[in-house]
Amino acid sequence: MRIKTHPILSFEQKEEIVFTFEGKEVIGQKGDTIASALVNLGVDVFSYSIKLKRPRGFYCAIGNCASCKMIVNGKPNVKTCITKLEPHMDVKIQHDKGVYK
Amino acid sequence: MIEKDVLIIGGGPSGLCAASMLIESGLKVMIVDRGLSLGGQLVKQTHKFFGSKEQYAKTRGFDIAKILIDQVKDHGNLEVLQEATVLGLYKDKVATISYQNEYLKIKAKTIIVATGASEKFLAFENNDLPGIYGAGAVQTLMNQFGVKPADEIIMIGSGNIGLIVSYQLLQAGIKVKAVIEASSKIGGYKVHASKLRRLGVPIYTNKTIKKAIGTTRVEAAEIVSLDEKFNEIEGTSEIIKIDGICISVGLAPSYQLLDMVDAKLGYIPELGGTVALVDEKHMTTVDGIFSCGDSIGIEEASSAMMEGYLTGLYVSKYLNQDHSKYVELVRKYEESLALLRGGPFGSKTRKGLKDMKEMMADVR
Repeated sequence: MRIKTHPILSFEQKEEIVFTFEGKEVIGQKGDTIASALVNLGVDVFSYSIKLKRPRGFYCAIGNCASCKMIVNGKPNVKTCITKLEPHMDVKIQHDKGVYK
Repeated sequence: MIEKDVLIIGGGPSGLCAASMLIESGLKVMIVDRGLSLGGQLVKQTHKFFGSKEQYAKTRGFDIAKILIDQVKDHGNLEVLQEATVLGLYKDKVATISYQNEYLKIKAKTIIVATGASEKFLAFENNDLPGIYGAGAVQTLMNQFGVKPADEIIMIGSGNIGLIVSYQLLQAGIKVKAVIEASSKIGGYKVHASKLRRLGVPIYTNKTIKKAIGTTRVEAAEIVSLDEKFNEIEGTSEIIKIDGICISVGLAPSYQLLDMVDAKLGYIPELGGTVALVDEKHMTTVDGIFSCGDSIGIEEASSAMMEGYLTGLYVSKYLNQDHSKYVELVRKYEESLALLRGGPFGSKTRKGLKDMKEMMADVR
Protein backbone atom coordinates (compact mmCIF):
# COMPACT_ATOMS: atom_id res chain seq x y z
CA MET A 1 0.00 0.00 0.00
CA ARG A 2 1.20 3.51 -0.82
CA ILE A 3 1.72 6.03 1.94
CA LYS A 4 -0.70 8.89 1.31
CA THR A 5 -0.02 11.38 4.07
CA HIS A 6 3.31 11.91 5.77
CA PRO A 7 4.48 14.71 8.07
CA ILE A 8 7.84 15.14 6.28
CA LEU A 9 7.72 13.52 2.88
CA SER A 10 5.33 14.06 0.02
CA PHE A 11 4.47 11.22 -2.28
CA GLU A 12 2.62 12.58 -5.27
CA GLN A 13 0.85 10.31 -7.70
CA LYS A 14 3.39 9.30 -10.34
CA GLU A 15 3.09 7.94 -13.84
CA GLU A 16 1.81 4.36 -13.93
CA ILE A 17 3.95 1.55 -15.27
CA VAL A 18 2.30 -1.61 -16.58
CA PHE A 19 4.27 -4.83 -16.10
CA THR A 20 3.49 -8.51 -15.71
CA PHE A 21 3.84 -10.55 -12.52
CA GLU A 22 3.40 -14.29 -12.85
CA GLY A 23 1.81 -13.76 -16.27
CA LYS A 24 -0.76 -11.23 -15.10
CA GLU A 25 -0.74 -7.54 -15.99
CA VAL A 26 -0.23 -5.36 -12.94
CA ILE A 27 0.60 -1.73 -12.25
CA GLY A 28 3.54 -0.05 -10.59
CA GLN A 29 4.77 3.53 -10.50
CA LYS A 30 7.57 5.48 -12.07
CA GLY A 31 10.46 5.58 -9.60
CA ASP A 32 9.66 2.14 -8.17
CA THR A 33 12.05 -0.74 -7.93
CA ILE A 34 10.53 -4.07 -8.93
CA ALA A 35 10.43 -4.98 -5.22
CA SER A 36 8.71 -1.79 -4.05
CA ALA A 37 6.07 -2.19 -6.75
CA LEU A 38 5.44 -5.79 -5.70
CA VAL A 39 5.19 -4.98 -1.99
CA ASN A 40 2.69 -2.27 -2.86
CA LEU A 41 0.63 -4.91 -4.69
CA GLY A 42 0.64 -7.06 -1.56
CA VAL A 43 3.04 -9.66 -2.97
CA ASP A 44 4.75 -11.54 -0.14
CA VAL A 45 6.67 -14.33 -1.84
CA PHE A 46 9.47 -13.35 -4.23
CA SER A 47 11.21 -16.70 -4.48
CA TYR A 48 11.46 -20.14 -2.91
CA SER A 49 14.57 -21.47 -1.20
CA ILE A 50 16.52 -23.93 -3.31
CA LYS A 51 16.46 -27.05 -1.12
CA LEU A 52 13.52 -26.80 1.24
CA LYS A 53 11.36 -24.65 -1.05
CA ARG A 54 10.52 -22.25 1.75
CA PRO A 55 8.97 -18.93 0.75
CA ARG A 56 11.28 -15.93 0.62
CA GLY A 57 10.41 -12.26 0.75
CA PHE A 58 13.13 -9.71 0.84
CA TYR A 59 15.24 -8.60 3.74
CA CYS A 60 17.73 -5.79 3.16
CA ALA A 61 16.41 -3.72 0.21
CA ILE A 62 19.94 -2.53 -0.64
CA GLY A 63 21.11 -5.37 -2.87
CA ASN A 64 23.05 -7.23 -0.25
CA CYS A 65 21.13 -10.25 1.00
CA ALA A 66 19.90 -11.69 -2.31
CA SER A 67 16.64 -12.89 -0.78
CA CYS A 68 14.63 -10.91 -3.38
CA LYS A 69 16.06 -12.63 -6.46
CA MET A 70 13.48 -13.18 -9.21
CA ILE A 71 13.28 -14.01 -12.91
CA VAL A 72 13.01 -10.77 -14.88
CA ASN A 73 12.52 -10.89 -18.65
CA GLY A 74 13.73 -14.49 -18.54
CA LYS A 75 16.93 -13.64 -16.66
CA PRO A 76 17.18 -15.35 -13.27
CA ASN A 77 18.77 -14.05 -10.05
CA VAL A 78 17.87 -10.42 -10.63
CA LYS A 79 18.01 -8.52 -7.36
CA THR A 80 14.61 -6.87 -7.56
CA CYS A 81 15.24 -4.46 -4.68
CA ILE A 82 17.86 -2.53 -6.66
CA THR A 83 16.42 -2.96 -10.14
CA LYS A 84 14.33 -0.12 -11.54
CA LEU A 85 10.85 -1.06 -12.68
CA GLU A 86 10.49 -0.62 -16.44
CA PRO A 87 7.34 -0.81 -18.59
CA HIS A 88 6.40 -4.32 -19.79
CA MET A 89 8.88 -6.10 -17.57
CA ASP A 90 8.05 -9.76 -17.17
CA VAL A 91 8.57 -10.67 -13.50
CA LYS A 92 8.33 -14.22 -12.21
CA ILE A 93 8.82 -15.96 -8.87
CA GLN A 94 12.06 -17.95 -8.86
CA HIS A 95 11.83 -21.59 -7.71
CA ASP A 96 15.34 -22.83 -8.37
CA LYS A 97 18.99 -21.78 -8.60
CA GLY A 98 18.21 -19.99 -11.82
CA VAL A 99 18.47 -21.35 -15.34
CA TYR A 100 19.11 -19.30 -18.49
CA LYS A 101 16.73 -20.29 -21.24
CA MET B 1 39.96 -1.31 -19.95
CA ILE B 2 38.90 2.02 -18.45
CA GLU B 3 41.72 3.87 -16.70
CA LYS B 4 41.30 6.29 -13.80
CA ASP B 5 43.42 7.85 -11.09
CA VAL B 6 41.02 6.78 -8.37
CA LEU B 7 38.18 4.29 -8.32
CA ILE B 8 35.75 4.76 -5.45
CA ILE B 9 33.50 1.81 -4.70
CA GLY B 10 30.34 3.09 -3.04
CA GLY B 11 28.63 6.45 -3.52
CA GLY B 12 27.41 6.97 0.04
CA PRO B 13 28.47 9.73 2.43
CA SER B 14 32.12 8.69 2.72
CA GLY B 15 32.57 7.85 -0.96
CA LEU B 16 31.04 11.16 -2.09
CA CYS B 17 33.11 13.21 0.35
CA ALA B 18 36.30 11.45 -0.74
CA ALA B 19 35.37 12.15 -4.36
CA SER B 20 34.86 15.86 -3.73
CA MET B 21 38.39 16.25 -2.36
CA LEU B 22 39.92 14.22 -5.18
CA ILE B 23 38.26 16.05 -8.06
CA GLU B 24 39.22 19.34 -6.45
CA SER B 25 42.80 18.07 -6.54
CA GLY B 26 42.48 17.58 -10.28
CA LEU B 27 42.41 13.79 -10.21
CA LYS B 28 40.30 11.65 -12.53
CA VAL B 29 37.80 9.77 -10.41
CA MET B 30 35.15 7.14 -10.98
CA ILE B 31 32.45 6.21 -8.47
CA VAL B 32 30.80 2.83 -8.89
CA ASP B 33 27.56 2.38 -6.98
CA ARG B 34 25.06 -0.43 -6.72
CA GLY B 35 21.95 1.60 -5.91
CA LEU B 36 19.54 3.56 -8.07
CA SER B 37 20.83 6.90 -6.82
CA LEU B 38 23.92 8.27 -5.12
CA GLY B 39 23.83 9.10 -1.41
CA GLY B 40 23.94 5.63 0.08
CA GLN B 41 21.69 5.19 3.08
CA LEU B 42 21.25 8.96 3.49
CA VAL B 43 18.55 9.06 0.83
CA LYS B 44 16.06 7.30 3.11
CA GLN B 45 16.94 9.06 6.33
CA THR B 46 14.24 11.55 7.22
CA HIS B 47 15.63 12.45 10.64
CA LYS B 48 17.75 15.48 11.38
CA PHE B 49 21.40 14.98 12.17
CA PHE B 50 23.29 15.82 15.33
CA GLY B 51 26.81 17.23 15.47
CA SER B 52 28.05 20.61 14.30
CA LYS B 53 27.32 22.76 11.27
CA GLU B 54 30.27 21.25 9.46
CA GLN B 55 28.61 17.83 9.61
CA TYR B 56 25.32 19.28 8.38
CA ALA B 57 23.62 19.10 11.78
CA LYS B 58 19.89 19.88 11.96
CA THR B 59 19.63 18.86 8.30
CA ARG B 60 17.64 15.81 7.28
CA GLY B 61 19.57 12.84 5.89
CA PHE B 62 18.09 13.01 2.38
CA ASP B 63 18.90 16.73 2.21
CA ILE B 64 22.50 16.00 3.21
CA ALA B 65 22.62 13.49 0.35
CA LYS B 66 21.57 16.28 -2.03
CA ILE B 67 24.28 18.61 -0.68
CA LEU B 68 26.96 15.94 -1.08
CA ILE B 69 25.78 14.98 -4.57
CA ASP B 70 25.70 18.65 -5.64
CA GLN B 71 29.31 19.03 -4.50
CA VAL B 72 30.49 16.57 -7.13
CA LYS B 73 27.72 16.61 -9.74
CA ASP B 74 28.60 17.35 -13.35
CA HIS B 75 32.28 17.79 -12.56
CA GLY B 76 34.48 17.02 -15.53
CA ASN B 77 36.85 14.92 -13.44
CA LEU B 78 34.16 12.60 -12.11
CA GLU B 79 32.43 9.72 -13.81
CA VAL B 80 29.65 7.87 -11.99
CA LEU B 81 28.42 4.38 -12.79
CA GLN B 82 25.05 3.83 -11.16
CA GLU B 83 23.31 0.44 -10.76
CA ALA B 84 26.73 -1.12 -11.16
CA THR B 85 28.07 -3.91 -8.98
CA VAL B 86 31.74 -4.62 -8.38
CA LEU B 87 32.13 -8.38 -8.73
CA GLY B 88 35.86 -8.71 -8.33
CA LEU B 89 38.70 -6.64 -7.00
CA TYR B 90 42.32 -7.52 -7.72
CA LYS B 91 45.64 -6.61 -6.14
CA ASP B 92 46.89 -4.83 -9.23
CA LYS B 93 44.02 -2.39 -8.67
CA VAL B 94 41.72 -3.73 -11.32
CA ALA B 95 38.00 -4.09 -10.66
CA THR B 96 35.49 -6.13 -12.63
CA ILE B 97 32.11 -4.48 -12.76
CA SER B 98 28.72 -5.70 -13.86
CA TYR B 99 27.00 -2.79 -15.58
CA GLN B 100 24.00 -2.83 -17.92
CA ASN B 101 24.37 -6.52 -18.72
CA GLU B 102 28.06 -6.13 -19.51
CA TYR B 103 31.29 -6.72 -17.70
CA LEU B 104 33.58 -3.72 -17.48
CA LYS B 105 37.18 -3.67 -16.31
CA ILE B 106 38.58 -0.65 -14.58
CA LYS B 107 42.20 -0.05 -13.74
CA ALA B 108 42.99 2.67 -11.23
CA LYS B 109 46.13 4.00 -9.57
CA THR B 110 44.37 3.83 -6.23
CA ILE B 111 41.11 2.36 -5.04
CA ILE B 112 38.94 3.56 -2.18
CA VAL B 113 36.54 0.96 -0.83
CA ALA B 114 33.62 2.80 0.72
CA THR B 115 31.12 -0.02 0.70
CA GLY B 116 29.48 0.76 4.03
CA ALA B 117 27.81 -1.96 6.02
CA SER B 118 25.02 -4.48 5.96
CA GLU B 119 22.50 -5.35 8.60
CA LYS B 120 23.14 -8.15 11.03
CA PHE B 121 20.63 -10.95 11.21
CA LEU B 122 19.14 -12.76 14.17
CA ALA B 123 18.68 -16.49 14.73
CA PHE B 124 15.14 -17.57 15.65
CA GLU B 125 12.66 -20.11 14.36
CA ASN B 126 11.08 -19.19 11.00
CA ASN B 127 13.26 -16.12 10.66
CA ASP B 128 13.18 -16.55 6.88
CA LEU B 129 9.45 -15.90 6.47
CA PRO B 130 8.44 -13.07 4.14
CA GLY B 131 7.46 -9.99 6.15
CA ILE B 132 10.60 -10.10 8.25
CA TYR B 133 12.77 -7.17 7.25
CA GLY B 134 15.87 -5.39 8.33
CA ALA B 135 15.13 -1.97 9.81
CA GLY B 136 16.96 -0.35 6.91
CA ALA B 137 14.79 -2.18 4.38
CA VAL B 138 11.65 -0.87 6.02
CA GLN B 139 13.13 2.62 5.92
CA THR B 140 13.99 2.23 2.23
CA LEU B 141 10.48 1.09 1.36
CA MET B 142 8.66 3.79 3.33
CA ASN B 143 10.86 6.81 2.91
CA GLN B 144 12.41 6.27 -0.49
CA PHE B 145 9.57 4.55 -2.34
CA GLY B 146 6.54 5.56 -0.29
CA VAL B 147 5.33 2.00 0.20
CA LYS B 148 4.11 0.53 3.50
CA PRO B 149 5.94 -2.67 4.44
CA ALA B 150 3.17 -3.80 6.82
CA ASP B 151 0.25 -2.51 8.88
CA GLU B 152 1.35 -3.72 12.30
CA ILE B 153 4.93 -4.38 13.20
CA ILE B 154 7.26 -5.19 16.07
CA MET B 155 10.79 -3.89 16.24
CA ILE B 156 13.55 -6.15 17.54
CA GLY B 157 16.39 -4.06 18.95
CA SER B 158 16.34 -0.72 20.75
CA GLY B 159 19.51 0.89 19.43
CA ASN B 160 19.28 4.26 17.71
CA ILE B 161 18.29 2.72 14.39
CA GLY B 162 15.55 0.62 16.03
CA LEU B 163 14.15 3.62 17.86
CA ILE B 164 14.38 6.08 14.97
CA VAL B 165 12.88 3.65 12.45
CA SER B 166 10.05 2.86 14.90
CA TYR B 167 9.23 6.55 14.98
CA GLN B 168 9.38 6.72 11.19
CA LEU B 169 7.01 3.75 10.97
CA LEU B 170 4.51 5.69 13.07
CA GLN B 171 4.95 8.68 10.76
CA ALA B 172 4.08 6.45 7.81
CA GLY B 173 0.88 5.36 9.52
CA ILE B 174 2.08 1.94 10.62
CA LYS B 175 1.30 0.64 14.09
CA VAL B 176 4.38 -0.31 16.10
CA LYS B 177 3.10 -2.82 18.64
CA ALA B 178 6.31 -3.01 20.67
CA VAL B 179 10.06 -2.56 20.65
CA ILE B 180 11.79 -5.65 22.02
CA GLU B 181 15.25 -5.48 23.61
CA ALA B 182 17.17 -8.51 24.90
CA SER B 183 19.46 -6.58 27.19
CA SER B 184 18.30 -4.89 30.39
CA LYS B 185 18.89 -1.41 28.99
CA ILE B 186 17.64 0.52 26.00
CA GLY B 187 20.51 0.78 23.54
CA GLY B 188 19.83 4.13 21.85
CA TYR B 189 19.54 7.73 23.02
CA LYS B 190 16.95 8.37 25.72
CA VAL B 191 15.39 11.22 23.74
CA HIS B 192 14.34 8.82 20.97
CA ALA B 193 12.96 6.28 23.45
CA SER B 194 10.96 8.92 25.31
CA LYS B 195 9.44 10.16 22.07
CA LEU B 196 8.21 6.65 21.26
CA ARG B 197 6.83 6.08 24.73
CA ARG B 198 4.92 9.35 24.59
CA LEU B 199 3.26 8.04 21.44
CA GLY B 200 2.22 4.88 23.26
CA VAL B 201 4.82 2.42 21.92
CA PRO B 202 5.93 0.07 24.70
CA ILE B 203 9.64 -0.74 24.89
CA TYR B 204 10.25 -4.09 26.56
CA THR B 205 13.72 -4.88 27.91
CA ASN B 206 14.89 -8.40 28.88
CA LYS B 207 12.76 -9.87 26.11
CA THR B 208 13.47 -11.47 22.77
CA ILE B 209 11.72 -13.04 19.82
CA LYS B 210 11.63 -16.84 19.98
CA LYS B 211 9.68 -17.64 16.89
CA ALA B 212 7.90 -16.15 13.91
CA ILE B 213 4.52 -17.69 13.16
CA GLY B 214 3.00 -17.99 9.68
CA THR B 215 2.99 -20.08 6.51
CA THR B 216 3.67 -17.91 3.46
CA ARG B 217 4.24 -14.74 5.44
CA VAL B 218 4.61 -13.72 9.05
CA GLU B 219 1.33 -13.50 10.96
CA ALA B 220 2.48 -13.35 14.58
CA ALA B 221 5.55 -13.44 16.79
CA GLU B 222 6.28 -15.37 19.96
CA ILE B 223 8.07 -13.22 22.53
CA VAL B 224 9.77 -14.54 25.67
CA SER B 225 11.40 -12.96 28.70
CA LEU B 226 15.10 -13.45 29.38
CA ASP B 227 17.06 -13.71 32.62
CA GLU B 228 20.31 -11.83 33.19
CA LYS B 229 22.25 -14.57 31.37
CA PHE B 230 19.99 -14.22 28.31
CA ASN B 231 18.29 -17.56 29.01
CA GLU B 232 14.61 -17.90 28.32
CA ILE B 233 12.38 -17.78 31.43
CA GLU B 234 9.81 -20.54 31.17
CA GLY B 235 6.15 -19.69 31.14
CA THR B 236 6.70 -16.14 29.88
CA SER B 237 5.79 -16.77 26.26
CA GLU B 238 3.34 -14.39 24.64
CA ILE B 239 2.02 -14.16 21.11
CA ILE B 240 1.80 -10.77 19.42
CA LYS B 241 -0.26 -10.57 16.24
CA ILE B 242 1.57 -8.56 13.58
CA ASP B 243 2.19 -8.67 9.83
CA GLY B 244 5.74 -7.43 9.93
CA ILE B 245 8.85 -7.96 12.01
CA CYS B 246 11.65 -5.47 11.85
CA ILE B 247 15.14 -6.55 12.89
CA SER B 248 17.55 -3.93 14.09
CA VAL B 249 20.39 -5.68 15.85
CA GLY B 250 23.31 -3.77 14.48
CA LEU B 251 25.44 -3.45 11.39
CA ALA B 252 28.41 -5.38 10.07
CA PRO B 253 31.10 -3.72 7.93
CA SER B 254 31.17 -4.79 4.27
CA TYR B 255 34.80 -5.84 4.06
CA GLN B 256 34.33 -8.56 1.41
CA LEU B 257 35.97 -6.73 -1.50
CA LEU B 258 38.99 -5.97 0.67
CA ASP B 259 39.20 -9.65 1.56
CA MET B 260 39.44 -10.41 -2.17
CA VAL B 261 42.71 -8.48 -2.44
CA ASP B 262 44.05 -10.22 0.66
CA ALA B 263 44.01 -7.09 2.78
CA LYS B 264 44.68 -8.12 6.39
CA LEU B 265 41.47 -8.32 8.38
CA GLY B 266 40.90 -8.14 12.11
CA TYR B 267 38.01 -8.91 14.42
CA ILE B 268 37.18 -5.75 16.38
CA PRO B 269 33.76 -6.02 18.05
CA GLU B 270 33.71 -2.29 18.89
CA LEU B 271 33.87 -1.48 15.18
CA GLY B 272 31.13 -3.93 14.24
CA GLY B 273 33.04 -7.21 13.80
CA THR B 274 35.46 -8.17 11.05
CA VAL B 275 37.06 -5.16 9.36
CA ALA B 276 40.02 -4.57 7.09
CA LEU B 277 42.91 -3.08 9.02
CA VAL B 278 43.90 0.41 7.93
CA ASP B 279 46.70 2.77 8.94
CA GLU B 280 46.33 6.37 10.09
CA LYS B 281 45.99 7.42 6.43
CA HIS B 282 43.18 4.89 5.88
CA MET B 283 45.33 2.68 3.66
CA THR B 284 44.82 -1.07 3.99
CA THR B 285 47.74 -3.50 4.10
CA VAL B 286 47.60 -3.54 0.28
CA ASP B 287 49.56 -0.62 -1.14
CA GLY B 288 47.27 1.89 -2.83
CA ILE B 289 43.99 0.41 -1.63
CA PHE B 290 42.21 2.58 0.92
CA SER B 291 38.95 2.32 2.84
CA CYS B 292 36.71 4.71 4.75
CA GLY B 293 33.28 4.98 6.32
CA ASP B 294 31.30 2.12 7.82
CA SER B 295 33.28 -0.48 5.87
CA ILE B 296 36.13 0.03 8.34
CA GLY B 297 34.01 0.56 11.45
CA ILE B 298 30.37 1.21 12.27
CA GLU B 299 29.77 4.82 13.27
CA GLU B 300 27.35 7.52 12.23
CA ALA B 301 27.06 9.09 8.80
CA SER B 302 28.63 12.28 10.21
CA SER B 303 31.87 10.41 10.96
CA ALA B 304 31.69 8.64 7.61
CA MET B 305 31.64 12.02 5.87
CA MET B 306 34.62 13.37 7.82
CA GLU B 307 36.51 10.14 7.16
CA GLY B 308 35.65 10.39 3.49
CA TYR B 309 36.98 13.94 3.19
CA LEU B 310 40.17 12.87 4.95
CA THR B 311 40.66 9.78 2.82
CA GLY B 312 40.20 11.88 -0.31
CA LEU B 313 42.88 14.25 0.94
CA TYR B 314 45.27 11.44 1.96
CA VAL B 315 44.86 9.83 -1.46
CA SER B 316 45.59 13.13 -3.19
CA LYS B 317 48.91 13.20 -1.31
CA TYR B 318 49.58 9.52 -2.02
CA LEU B 319 49.27 10.29 -5.73
CA ASN B 320 51.57 13.32 -5.34
CA GLN B 321 48.82 15.66 -6.37
CA ASP B 322 48.05 17.21 -2.99
CA HIS B 323 44.86 19.20 -2.61
CA SER B 324 45.73 22.91 -2.69
CA LYS B 325 44.47 23.33 0.88
CA TYR B 326 45.79 19.97 2.07
CA VAL B 327 47.25 20.97 5.44
CA GLU B 328 44.40 23.27 6.40
CA LEU B 329 41.66 20.80 5.44
CA VAL B 330 43.30 17.77 7.00
CA ARG B 331 43.56 19.66 10.28
CA LYS B 332 39.94 20.77 10.05
CA TYR B 333 38.48 17.34 9.34
CA GLU B 334 40.74 15.54 11.81
CA GLU B 335 39.55 17.94 14.49
CA SER B 336 35.86 17.38 13.66
CA LEU B 337 36.35 13.65 13.66
CA ALA B 338 38.04 13.76 17.05
CA LEU B 339 35.18 15.88 18.35
CA LEU B 340 32.56 13.45 17.04
CA ARG B 341 34.33 10.58 18.73
CA GLY B 342 35.07 12.56 21.85
CA GLY B 343 32.10 12.16 24.18
CA PRO B 344 30.93 9.17 26.19
CA PHE B 345 29.14 7.73 23.14
CA GLY B 346 32.44 7.65 21.28
CA SER B 347 34.20 5.46 23.83
CA LYS B 348 33.46 2.25 21.91
CA THR B 349 34.88 3.67 18.69
CA ARG B 350 37.95 4.98 20.50
CA LYS B 351 38.63 1.54 21.98
CA GLY B 352 38.08 -0.07 18.56
CA LEU B 353 40.47 2.33 16.86
CA LYS B 354 43.10 1.71 19.50
CA ASP B 355 42.81 -2.04 18.88
CA MET B 356 43.00 -1.39 15.15
CA LYS B 357 46.25 0.51 15.64
CA GLU B 358 47.80 -2.30 17.69
CA MET B 359 46.75 -4.97 15.19
CA MET B 360 48.13 -2.87 12.35
CA ALA B 361 51.48 -2.59 14.16
CA ASP B 362 51.53 -6.39 14.53
CA VAL B 363 51.01 -7.15 10.85
CA ARG B 364 53.61 -4.70 9.63
